[in-house]
Amino acid sequence: MSRYLRFLVPLAIFAVIATFLFKGLDMNPREIPSPLIGKQVPEFSLPLLEQPDTQITNKDLLGKVYLLNVWATWCVSCRAEHETLVQLGRMNKVDIYGLNWKDERAAAQTWLRQLGNPYAANIFDKKGRTAIDLGVYGAPETFLVDAKGIIHYKHAGPVNPDLIRDKILPMVAELKKKG
Amino acid sequence: MIPEIGHYALILALSLAIIQAIIPLAGSYTNTHSWMALSRPLVWGQLLFLTLSTIVLANAFLANDFSVIYVAQHGNTKLPDLYKISAVWGAHEGSLLLWAFLLAAWSAAIALFSRNLPLPVVARVLSVMGMISIGFLLFLLLTSNPFDRTFPVPFEGRELNPMLQDPGLAIHPPLLYMGYVGFSVAFAFSIAALLGGKLDASWARWSRPWTTVAWVFLTVGIALGSWWAYYELGWGGWWFWDPVENASLMPWLVGTALMHSLAVTEKRGAFKSWTVLLALFAFSLSLLGTFLVRSGVLTSVHSFASDPERGVFILIFLLVAIGGSLMLYAWRAPYISGGGRFDLISRETFLLGNNLLLSVLAGLILLGTLAPLIYDAMEWGKISVGFPWFNKMFVLLTPFLALLIGVGSISRWKHTDAAFLVKQLRVAFVVSLAFGLLTLLPLFSDGNLMVGLGMGLAMWVVTSHLVNVKERLKHKAGFNGFLRDLSGGGRSYYGMILAHMGVAMFIVGVTMVSNYGIEQDIRMSPGDTANIAGYDFKFEGVSEFPGPNYNAHRGRFLISKDGEQIAILLPEKRTYFVQTRPMTEAGIDWGLTRDLYVSLGESLGGGDWSMRLYYKPYIRWIWIASIFMGLGGLLAITDRRYRTARKRASSTSTLTAGSSTPAAAESHS
Repeated sequence: MSRYLRFLVPLAIFAVIATFLFKGLDMNPREIPSPLIGKQVPEFSLPLLEQPDTQITNKDLLGKVYLLNVWATWCVSCRAEHETLVQLGRMNKVDIYGLNWKDERAAAQTWLRQLGNPYAANIFDKKGRTAIDLGVYGAPETFLVDAKGIIHYKHAGPVNPDLIRDKILPMVAELKKKG
Repeated sequence: MIPEIGHYALILALSLAIIQAIIPLAGSYTNTHSWMALSRPLVWGQLLFLTLSTIVLANAFLANDFSVIYVAQHGNTKLPDLYKISAVWGAHEGSLLLWAFLLAAWSAAIALFSRNLPLPVVARVLSVMGMISIGFLLFLLLTSNPFDRTFPVPFEGRELNPMLQDPGLAIHPPLLYMGYVGFSVAFAFSIAALLGGKLDASWARWSRPWTTVAWVFLTVGIALGSWWAYYELGWGGWWFWDPVENASLMPWLVGTALMHSLAVTEKRGAFKSWTVLLALFAFSLSLLGTFLVRSGVLTSVHSFASDPERGVFILIFLLVAIGGSLMLYAWRAPYISGGGRFDLISRETFLLGNNLLLSVLAGLILLGTLAPLIYDAMEWGKISVGFPWFNKMFVLLTPFLALLIGVGSISRWKHTDAAFLVKQLRVAFVVSLAFGLLTLLPLFSDGNLMVGLGMGLAMWVVTSHLVNVKERLKHKAGFNGFLRDLSGGGRSYYGMILAHMGVAMFIVGVTMVSNYGIEQDIRMSPGDTANIAGYDFKFEGVSEFPGPNYNAHRGRFLISKDGEQIAILLPEKRTYFVQTRPMTEAGIDWGLTRDLYVSLGESLGGGDWSMRLYYKPYIRWIWIASIFMGLGGLLAITDRRYRTARKRASSTSTLTAGSSTPAAAESHS
């Protein structure tokens, strides 16, 4: 029997490695938990993208569960995720606020007209000051914030329908239940 | 419209690959000549369409067609043309296309150079190549289409990663991939042999040159990557044990073992099931390397943007390719006949030792590379395995390899007299020992044992091979005899000598630079002079300097020794316009015995800069060594034996094939 078993050893070794690789797919080695999770959204006071004369502050957003999505027209991945956000917006399950990051106002407005506007409102962060406070290191990034203004979840990179269905919406439902 | 042609060509290539994977293989079982004969035209068709695809993508870069997402992400109007071309393989989608293209090119090479092989073998080998091709083309089309469009069209592209904008790195991936993909040939030959149940000396002889060519590409490709990291990253190191570097080193180590094991199988018919296993592993590790870079399972400075969907696809592909081939192995290998017997002291034994050491090294690297993943998966916490661990393992094992090289290459097949070995090698041994001890003297190393060991081993490799050559030429009339030998059947022998000299040079380079390298991090003002290893580095200041798609701060250094100026170094720190990260371009004065290396750090205000100054003795030897190894491999495959043997192969498949070569050549090649 050892004569046959011997030749199964390579296959067995590979099976072990493959198991780890499959497990590895669900893990994210880059996932450095954001230090902001469990903390308040940093204070800001910035103009709206749509109305340059109107200021919006972090206090205006208190009282509801919302997503804060960092985006820009120069960001190719943002274009890739935009359709997903538009669909999420149509579901009316959670408000999405945009943080338009280091962008041109005209270009951003054209983008929303052409591709659809899923946002309840857009915060126009021309200088990128608030993005720094949020610890943004690349667009797009999405934060989930509760009614008290506390950040519960952060996703770096484009969101996809699976992530929204399996992770974001269940968290939203739970946060809304808590009030 | 043009990018769609590229996309369409990919689909056509996939269709051909599917036919190629099925029909010729079926033909080899039903003995249908026309089905088997179909394999060659199918391969040519695939090559045609993949060439078209690649040209279309290159053209999209040259024409700044930013409606293609891939071009918008990695191209730019200001990018120099050379880098527009190299941008084709500068990121995930395009590099996969290059993979698929090279696979087709290797397949076509088999189709071209297999006129003397039995048709069923050709049909099976090309069918296996077709199966691999299906995997890669499906991956491209389903998850990573380089021809996807975007609308509205961006005005400007986001440009190639500035790190990749370098002539060395423009050709590094194609060379590396030629190596990776090249191992698919040995893999395909092995699968075909397992399927056909005929593993014999002629199988080994057919596989050998292909394996050697792939190995040469991989060797030079890895060395080029190491050289690039040295001058571009500004850290002065030549190897970082980064997961992606490890991913290329593992197939190299196993491929090296495979080359040596194939020699035993060809000459002596021994190690057959082991050789097959190495062939399967060499290619499996190449695939694994591709997986590790792209799946996002491991982090690395090289990682392409990762995406779980792609990860799942690659893993399933790996499971089918590697798992399937190992299953076939487990099923068929028990029926492989044993080879010729050999005594304890024989060339077979020493080559087995070489094989085991190389495989253990590859296994250790695999373990070290996957350790963070294993820890994370077992919830033991997060760890990273770095430099010290890998270095320790290598320093522990490689000296034995160096010892074996000298003994193995001079001993005879089947049986060697211990007395003969002692007689041949005693002078070499004494000289090497003396040389090693000499380097321990205060004048050289002050008793640094690592230096003594390294230099002694390098000397051992050189002297034992000198004895070897002398022994061979004893029966051949002097220098003319040597020339005749070189033009005749001796090339694989001299190729081996050349490659092993490369090993000696490599040992010298690594030993010297690890033990005598000097590094200084200092702050300098214009006019300051720093002294390292007897060289004066005079800093004359930094000025701005515009490049085609970047702005550079260029430092100016006058290097002098004993008051005599020997070089001017101009290290740069570049800021690229589009991707605004800073890049360093080291200033290097290179020499055979030492490199002087300056890399700009940060501006500290008032004209002051932080600097890194290095003195790197013998570092060039590391890369020159790889050139020697590569040349050795090339010389070996031009051996007449392969050309004449190929003719003979179709008529005979006995284990003694090759016995018509002169006895001396037999015992050495």
